[in-house]
Amino acid sequence: MSGADNVVWLGTPPFPEAARTALADTRLRANLRRATGTIRDKRLAVAAELEDWEELRETAATIKRHTLRHLDHHLLRLEKAVTAAGGVVHWAADAADANRIVTALVKATGEDEVVKVKSMATQEIGLNEALADAGIRAYETDLAELIVQLGGDRPSHILVPAIHRGRSEIREIFRREMGEWGRPAPEDLTDEPRDLAEAARLHLREKFLRAKVAVSGANFAAADTGTVAVVESEGNGRMCLTLPQTLITVMGIEKVLPSFVDLDVFLQLLPRSSTGERMNPYTSLWTGVTEGDGPRNFHLVLLDNGRTATLADEVGRQALACIRCSACLNVCPVYERTGGHAYGSVYPGPIGAVLTPQLVGIENAASLPFASTLCGACYDACPVKINIPEVLVHLRAEAVEAKRRDRLLPTTEALAMKAAGAVLNSPRRLAAVQRLAALGARLVARDGRIGALPGPFARWSGTRDTPAPARESLRAWWRRTRPPTGEDSRTTTERKG
Amino acid sequence: MTMNGRETVLSAVKGALSGVPDSERPDDAPPSQGRRADHAGPDVVGLFAERAAEYRATVVRVPAADAAAAVGRALARTGARSLVVPPGLPEDLVPEGPWSLLTDVPPLTVGQLDAADAVVTTVATAIAVTGTVTLDHGPGQGRRVLTLLPDQHICVVRADQIAPDVPEALRLLDPYRPLTLISGPSATSDIELDRVEGVHGPRTLDIVVVGDV
Repeated sequence: MSGADNVVWLGTPPFPEAARTALADTRLRANLRRATGTIRDKRLAVAAELEDWEELRETAATIKRHTLRHLDHHLLRLEKAVTAAGGVVHWAADAADANRIVTALVKATGEDEVVKVKSMATQEIGLNEALADAGIRAYETDLAELIVQLGGDRPSHILVPAIHRGRSEIREIFRREMGEWGRPAPEDLTDEPRDLAEAARLHLREKFLRAKVAVSGANFAAADTGTVAVVESEGNGRMCLTLPQTLITVMGIEKVLPSFVDLDVFLQLLPRSSTGERMNPYTSLWTGVTEGDGPRNFHLVLLDNGRTATLADEVGRQALACIRCSACLNVCPVYERTGGHAYGSVYPGPIGAVLTPQLVGIENAASLPFASTLCGACYDACPVKINIPEVLVHLRAEAVEAKRRDRLLPTTEALAMKAAGAVLNSPRRLAAVQRLAALGARLVARDGRIGALPGPFARWSGTRDTPAPARESLRAWWRRTRPPTGEDSRTTTERKG
Repeated sequence: MTMNGRETVLSAVKGALSGVPDSERPDDAPPSQGRRADHAGPDVVGLFAERAAEYRATVVRVPAADAAAAVGRALARTGARSLVVPPGLPEDLVPEGPWSLLTDVPPLTVGQLDAADAVVTTVATAIAVTGTVTLDHGPGQGRRVLTLLPDQHICVVRADQIAPDVPEALRLLDPYRPLTLISGPSATSDIELDRVEGVHGPRTLDIVVVGDV
């Protein structure tokens, strides 16, 4: 169950490199700024409508944290309830297990195609690719996922995966690719969102009507009743959840809630946090199978895939409370400028920066905990109050520790920090260094700012100017302008100690 | 293999939680009930009508005697020629008009439903604060697919069925029935965040609120 085998990590360049490329894409940045700004404003407006918003967040956080602390108990209750309602529960330790289980279930139906509801869990395990290897074609039915799939692309946002694409690009993708996958796009397709959505409707409807097997994720599952919930907007989810004979739901083990009534907290928080709506157009809740309505066979695959390793970290485990609303992406200054692809994970943005390294192992995603300014906007926005900055700092320490373990010699950074420690520990040494720095800096500074530096300072100074140190340090100025009184000297002595 | 996965995952969960003291019980968590603020105010029915309309549903409020006529007006507006009628729908909700009636007994095929223009249903409950109608596929509401394939969904809501907010509504619902919460017509914002109504579900949602006006 090695983390490196999890498909959540896509093996793209490390974040700093990928971010540099993304930053050069001005259209991407313009798209992202507009999109995240719009959702951000809507979210603030609808959250402000509920005067107990903070209390709701607190309740949600408490429910999630407490459920995680007794996860085995609630998973067993869920298994029992789903089974009693006519469903079948499967357990998958990792991506390979889950893919094997789903593939076998599809094969048992004799079908070679499935329709899919947008789901992070199935992306995380690379289900579509695994099914393709087994000769099974998986059709994404969410409009954005369809755009991504037809474009041979990767999602770049948890909620609006094709946010990086403009309407004319989408038109080109539809015209070029739809015919390869099924009903072609109309000849006279324009780039109006209405026309593009209509083309998707026609393209997908024939698939919905013939589909025998569907695969979905789950937003929540109630352990007491076995009820599973999927929230969506387009109706593609409802199509997949009700038309086929067999429904296979892949759900991360952290999605379980103790009881059906807990859903009220999350159904208030999730739509408002994610799309900025009071409620999403469609929420489907089902418990096992129902005679005469919907699928005859329901399979629930409970997925670990690095979650228990995350659970074992008492600081990091709070990331498992995530309800995938994407509010943290939309407020993040780093995400807004780099977009989702730079994170190299199916989980981008601040939550991706804490979740991905934990799911795949810190040594496989060491740059991600640093992909943040620690400004804390994500913590403020998170409806379940995940302290993302706290986890980021925790993971940074782990990344540094992991790096140190693997090296025979200390890094330049470690040496520099050690030297800095020695200097800062002694007022005498600090004063000497300050005098030297003031002298040296005046030689390289222009208009009081130091630009790019050579050697070990290049990576720091390549992206920012450094203000030149003052001619005189505060301590020196203090000593020069205020002749020591008794009180001052006492303070100085105390500080020394 | 499945049993194997079960044991592997459960023992990994237990191992990860070894720091949780035995004295802490799984059902210690504070119940979700009892910390509700009133987001609805005194005019629950008015708020429901307003919020559902904000989701671009067409909302009308009529006295009970006028319900069928209101359904008829909604059908006339879209020019529907066929209407799906779920089992158990009160007869006095079915309007007379130039449309053919399709009953779901025996169950209609997917093709028949796809070709149908409209469906009329009652609801299990509704939610004022969010402008949501909730179907539990009981009498008058039909199978889930009935309200999914026809392009117009006309939903008849009795004023006394409207709950103020999500928590109250959930407590009225039976979790063992398949539940569908509908807030406005099918919609997407996936293309440059431009909202477009009608992707896969009904493009038109008509809500007829029946009760004292």
